[in-house]
Amino acid sequence: MLRQLLRRVTLVDIFMWIIGLLLIGMVFYGSVRTLVSGKYAPTEWVNLTVTGIALGGIYALIALGYTLVYGILRMINFAHSEVFMSGPFTAYFLADALDKVGYFDRYPILSLLLVMVLSMAVATTVAVLLERIAYRPLRTAPRLVPLITAIGASFFLQYTFRGLFGSGVKGYPETDWFKRKWCLPDTQACISTTQILVIVAAVLMMVALYAFVQWTKIGKAMRAVSEDKETAALMGIDVDRVIATTFAVGGALAGVAGVLYALMFRQVQFFMGFVPGIKAFTAAVLGGIGNIPGAMLGGLFLGIFEALGPNLFLDGLGIPAPYQLKDAIAYTMLVLILIFRPTGILGERLARKKA
Amino acid sequence: MAKATRFDGKAVLRAGAIAGVTALLICLVGMVAAFGKRNLIGGVVRISVGHTLFFLNMMLAGYLAVRRARHKEPLFQALGGALAGLVSSAMVAALVLIDLPEQVNLRSVLINASPDLYALLTFGMPTLTGLGVLVVAGTFVAALTAGALILPPRFRRAVSLGFAVLLLVGLLQDLLKVMFTGWGTLGDLFLWMFETGGGLSLVAAVTVFVVAGGLNLLFSYYAAGTRRQVQAWVMSRPPQGRLAIRIASIGLLALVLLSVPFVVGRYPSEVLNTVGLFALMGLGLNVVVGFAGLLDLGYVAFFAIGAYTMGVLTSPEISPLAHPLTFWEALPFSLLAALLSGIILGIPVLNTRGDYLAIVTLGFGEIVRLLFLSDWLRPYVGGAQGIQLIAPAKVGDLLLTQPRELYYLILVSCLIVVFVSNRLKNSRLGRAWMAVREDEDVAQAMGIELVSTKLLAFATGATFAGLSGAIFATKLGSIYPHSFQLLYSIYVLCLLIVGGMGNVPGVLVGALLLIGLPELLREFAEYRMLVYGVALVFMMLTRPEGFLPDRRVRREVRAEVEENSA
Repeated sequence: MLRQLLRRVTLVDIFMWIIGLLLIGMVFYGSVRTLVSGKYAPTEWVNLTVTGIALGGIYALIALGYTLVYGILRMINFAHSEVFMSGPFTAYFLADALDKVGYFDRYPILSLLLVMVLSMAVATTVAVLLERIAYRPLRTAPRLVPLITAIGASFFLQYTFRGLFGSGVKGYPETDWFKRKWCLPDTQACISTTQILVIVAAVLMMVALYAFVQWTKIGKAMRAVSEDKETAALMGIDVDRVIATTFAVGGALAGVAGVLYALMFRQVQFFMGFVPGIKAFTAAVLGGIGNIPGAMLGGLFLGIFEALGPNLFLDGLGIPAPYQLKDAIAYTMLVLILIFRPTGILGERLARKKA
Repeated sequence: MAKATRFDGKAVLRAGAIAGVTALLICLVGMVAAFGKRNLIGGVVRISVGHTLFFLNMMLAGYLAVRRARHKEPLFQALGGALAGLVSSAMVAALVLIDLPEQVNLRSVLINASPDLYALLTFGMPTLTGLGVLVVAGTFVAALTAGALILPPRFRRAVSLGFAVLLLVGLLQDLLKVMFTGWGTLGDLFLWMFETGGGLSLVAAVTVFVVAGGLNLLFSYYAAGTRRQVQAWVMSRPPQGRLAIRIASIGLLALVLLSVPFVVGRYPSEVLNTVGLFALMGLGLNVVVGFAGLLDLGYVAFFAIGAYTMGVLTSPEISPLAHPLTFWEALPFSLLAALLSGIILGIPVLNTRGDYLAIVTLGFGEIVRLLFLSDWLRPYVGGAQGIQLIAPAKVGDLLLTQPRELYYLILVSCLIVVFVSNRLKNSRLGRAWMAVREDEDVAQAMGIELVSTKLLAFATGATFAGLSGAIFATKLGSIYPHSFQLLYSIYVLCLLIVGGMGNVPGVLVGALLLIGLPELLREFAEYRMLVYGVALVFMMLTRPEGFLPDRRVRREVRAEVEENSA
């Protein structure tokens, strides 16, 4: 028994376990040191967690786009981060116009809804066109080909938007109502309206998606196609249409996520999709790619981890300016998941499977 | 067979619409206006590169109209081409008309809908006349393209080659002018072509087109026969004679390569150096992606590690050593550091495949960049300020600092790496890599040790990139974290894909085209990623094996498509 086990463990496995344990040890050590030193008040942790939940909601919405497409086509839609960018970047002009005539101050919710609808429409269009032009002709090609196409499409979209709308950072309008903080009585633990909006919108979209996939006819078709394309086609399902719908749904979610992201960080730019895109992908892998509740869970987890991380363990390790390494946390986490649990939290073993 | 063919108006209109959209797009992203100042043809009839870009879309309209439509009669095809051109140029004209009244200010949203663009599109004439000319010219160009497509293949090829050469001469005129100045009569004859100032003269343009096209036509008749004759002549020589011929041709090639920096001048040598560095990286990535089929998007990390090792060891500013090393002393450490990092970063991704691998390596690349940028490691690697005062390479008493001198260093490195790549490709290891690329599971079943094979691929590729990075550091004398962005990984990937994966000459040609050309056309820099993105998608859709494909890759790609679609 033991000998069998020993034979199965290779040098590489041991090396990876050592790296992993080292990183986990560092996280643990750093956290303990920070907590013991008592540098941050408990309310600060609460605030950071709230920020993390809001951020996680956005990651989850983007991650759903990756997961939906992966579930059906077994491919990573590398250009999804640009779908995410296209919506709020275009909708910026509407938001700006609404802001100039004073609508944003008077009817914040209504204006936000309008902006969101435009953003969703643009992102959906981009996603569907992407599928039609770049991916559909390559459905039978070797596995690297669609991926390289996706990378090309991603850069094409980025720089097209840059060419069309300029490379400058554009500030999303903000009003006092958005900035207002709602605090627990007698404490510093607060939540801003923006954060509430982000969390509520994210939850609503996720519930809507879940209902769509579980209970509508086309949702059922989507699940069937993801199970087995050929059989689904034999059962009379229009596979092309289902795939296009999947891209459209993913695009719409990304459109919403984009506006929420723009609300939180109050700026849009042609390159804004890249970093959240990778993080959302990490979230999707974390939850188990292809798995819808997994993507939601993964996003939430990653958001919280990233919001707390710099203060919690990087600070404790004595790293100066820990916020600079905020992005590195997400990337490191991606590597860690692939080492320890390539299946993610809720997924089946797909990373090894030939896609 | 002879089906009653009606005029396929729907396909023609669709072709026109597609070309119209692309034409609008290149106008609105600003490409047309940016290239508007560079003249292809000067003098009375001024055609700028911007115009050419626009008309290329009209050619696309003509092409699509012929290809997509079901009718096959030449008359219909020519008519269809004209109609498609009319539709697409009218779409662009409509843009100008919409923006004409003062109330609609497109520019507040679309920043490139500028007066410059409109002036260019109307040829500097009054708006309505200019637009009329534009639409007529667009229709004409599309019809002409459609007409050219009806020609027999031999003539079609000659026409397209003549056109391509014309375009190339026009684009590279500044370089050519410098090159041919001071060549006596021949040079003067050449410079005559540009006499009008700001572009080829119309006569010269026609001459270039006719000469290039004509030569191609001649070649198409006689080339195959001549080649066979030459081959037969060479084979008929005795072995010593054949060896002599071989040595002579290698010597000739060496002479050309060695004399290049003195022929082309200073700036082009600098461009060639950049091309060389990218070619080195390309050759490295070729091992990882082309040979072993492991898509690595964080490849620039190894380039960065090579450069930073060189910087840290040789710069007196930051070096932990009492006496900073010289370039040659530090070079082995650079390569070693890159090699080790290749192995270390390779281990965690051993079990991941395809797209997972791509994203994880991308994450790695970003981690490395963030670490170099962070305040945490600032005392060791300089943080955002980077490293200055990196030692230049020194041969004897000569410091290699000028582009022309560095050229030789880069040339030698490239030759070594090309040699190594070629030898590796046909070695046992190379065949193992290709087996892994074709099917990992089968390769393993055939007794190929996956772990060491993959790690060797990562390590080899990383070493090549480290070499490139080390030379890059010594060339510039200073390095900053922002020189190592993800974009560079994509550049390298792109030159690999366009050139042809797995093929060494393909990588070199790809580097020359994708890195060299943009360096010579500065306006292009802004649209580089846009064009690269399109190039990646376009290549994958039409020629996934690249322009100069490796025989085996090509067969693989084609076979797999057939197999999957069967």
